[in-house]
Amino acid sequence: MSAPLLQVEDLHVSFDIRREGDMPWTKPLKLHAVNGVSFTLNPGETLGIVGESGCGKSTLARALIQLVPAAGKVVWQDGTNLLGLSPHEMLKYRREVQMVFQDPLASLNPRMTVGQIIAEPLTTHHPGLSKDEVKARVQAMMEKVGLLANQINRYPHEFSGGQCQRIGIARALIVEPKLLICDEPVSALDVSIQAQVINLLMKLQRELGLAMIFIAHDLSVVKHISDRVMVLYLGRAMEIAGSADLYGKPDHPYTQALLSSVPIPDPAAERAKVTIPLDGDLPSPLAPPSGCVFRTRCLRAAPRCAADVPPLLGGNHQVACHFPGPLMAQAVPAA
Amino acid sequence: MFMKEEAAVRLADIAVKGRSPWADARARFARNKGAMVGLFVLSLICLFAAFGSHLTEFTYDYVDFGLMGEAAEKGAPSWSSGHYFGTDDGGRDFFARVVQASQISLAAGLIGSAVAVIIGTLYGAISGFVGGRTDQVMMRIVDILLSVPFMFVIILLLVMFGRSIWMLFLGIGMFSWLDMSRIVRGQTLSLKRREFIEAAHATGVSSGRIILRHIVPNLMGVVVVYASLLVPIMIMTESFISFLGLGVQAPLTSWGALLSEGASQMRYGTLWLLLFPLGFFVTTMFCMSFIGDGLRDALDPKDR
Ligand code: SF4
Repeated sequence: MSAPLLQVEDLHVSFDIRREGDMPWTKPLKLHAVNGVSFTLNPGETLGIVGESGCGKSTLARALIQLVPAAGKVVWQDGTNLLGLSPHEMLKYRREVQMVFQDPLASLNPRMTVGQIIAEPLTTHHPGLSKDEVKARVQAMMEKVGLLANQINRYPHEFSGGQCQRIGIARALIVEPKLLICDEPVSALDVSIQAQVINLLMKLQRELGLAMIFIAHDLSVVKHISDRVMVLYLGRAMEIAGSADLYGKPDHPYTQALLSSVPIPDPAAERAKVTIPLDGDLPSPLAPPSGCVFRTRCLRAAPRCAADVPPLLGGNHQVACHFPGPLMAQAVPAA
Repeated sequence: MFMKEEAAVRLADIAVKGRSPWADARARFARNKGAMVGLFVLSLICLFAAFGSHLTEFTYDYVDFGLMGEAAEKGAPSWSSGHYFGTDDGGRDFFARVVQASQISLAAGLIGSAVAVIIGTLYGAISGFVGGRTDQVMMRIVDILLSVPFMFVIILLLVMFGRSIWMLFLGIGMFSWLDMSRIVRGQTLSLKRREFIEAAHATGVSSGRIILRHIVPNLMGVVVVYASLLVPIMIMTESFISFLGLGVQAPLTSWGALLSEGASQMRYGTLWLLLFPLGFFVTTMFCMSFIGDGLRDALDPKDR
């Protein structure tokens, strides 16, 4: 096995929160959006990251490419720690890691033509290219993502959401990155179009040998596209496992709860399925529960869960829980 | 049939060219009748200011000694004498003077708002984009300047450095950008959180380029609307200062200066000395406010 493309170790992101009316000298509250997340990503592999909104998955993605300041280690293939690079040194790696954003229209500048938008990363990283060369590459890219090349002079507002997302994908891929981070790329789209965009991403990934980090808030979207999946809760990794493993025999109560809420197309199976209630709201990230962050909503919570933070353990199937194991139907209270 | 074909051809054109948000706004503006009339009349006034001097044989500083001091009796507007707008008390052709005054007044409006647009936009965009302490300092400077009574400072400048038209422009320009920079900063702050700015950061586009290519073009709507409101304010300011007798120096003149003269000689029955500059002044103000309204409707950011 070759060296991993990306190795993330103990990544922390925290924000200072100042409340209205605070004096300038009062200490701001710390919001730990990402709290000690570690994972590795191999070349050509797709890692799905799943969690409810507010669990820090978008922040995690932004931390990887230094859109938000982070602590810890993000080691690139060549051994460089991306955190702590100066903006100038980082420029080289920005070409290798590109991002696709959640809101397709908002991520495109309304005053620029599609051609200008897609060309921007190219002209940033290859300033020497001639105009014709840029145009040719942009048009080739547009065709690759399923857009008509003659629409190069159109503006984003003339496209549908799905097409806008294709533009976003073209912009990300034009500099031939090694890693594509997709931050909920389909959650703003219609269900029918979601599938098209996901299929496009999978096709491009195969063709270009991309590694991908694919973020979503529900497990069903991630299932097809991911080789491995990480489940996040309140900024911590709950479970990381191969896709089949995680969907087949989830060991973490949170993963089980998430999975149980995914509808199954087969009506008989759907009826037989045990739905685990996820009671209560996500606790405030400003004051996370002690010990295991999931304990306020966990069916298996025991005194030990409040006292100790469960470490993420295991080889290929890592779980952060004191009492991991398959779901027992009898443990679920009757709804 | 022919019509249909033509329409089809045009459709195909559009498919390739794309409608920019600007083209949309232009179409919306063109549909606004008041604004179009305002634009038309204002263009006439601009043409008048630019080429009016060719319509008369007199120059603005030519003094007809035969008519000096006898404006009320012999200087009334008439086609036959060639003094279309009459003559003033000093025996000068009033038409030529109004042409010249229009030049100065329009220039004051344009230069004042051009300074506001350039300095205000860049200052506000940088302040909002960089944020943090830089933003704090830059905006406090604006606050301080805003708290200075600017009319007072302009008058002081004119008294100290002598009355010159450039000093006047400088004085007006110095203060006109302050409000603009605040408005632009506010807009920049909200733009900065948009995903396309984040996307530009993520690909490593430099800050300068982000400001010029992503922020400023998206600010233009607000800037244009505000600038169109600024032009009449600038004209008004210049006129006010000239009305006080501190602005341009004779033989140069401006609408405000002419109004001041006209008003002081009202009781001698030379009403045309007041009415002509007043007419131009008021018409321009009306046109500008109609155009400003039209621009606001056409570029309203809420619409998008
Ligand atoms: S550690 Fe305890 S509270 Fe946390 S998930 Fe496991 S059983 Fe539930």
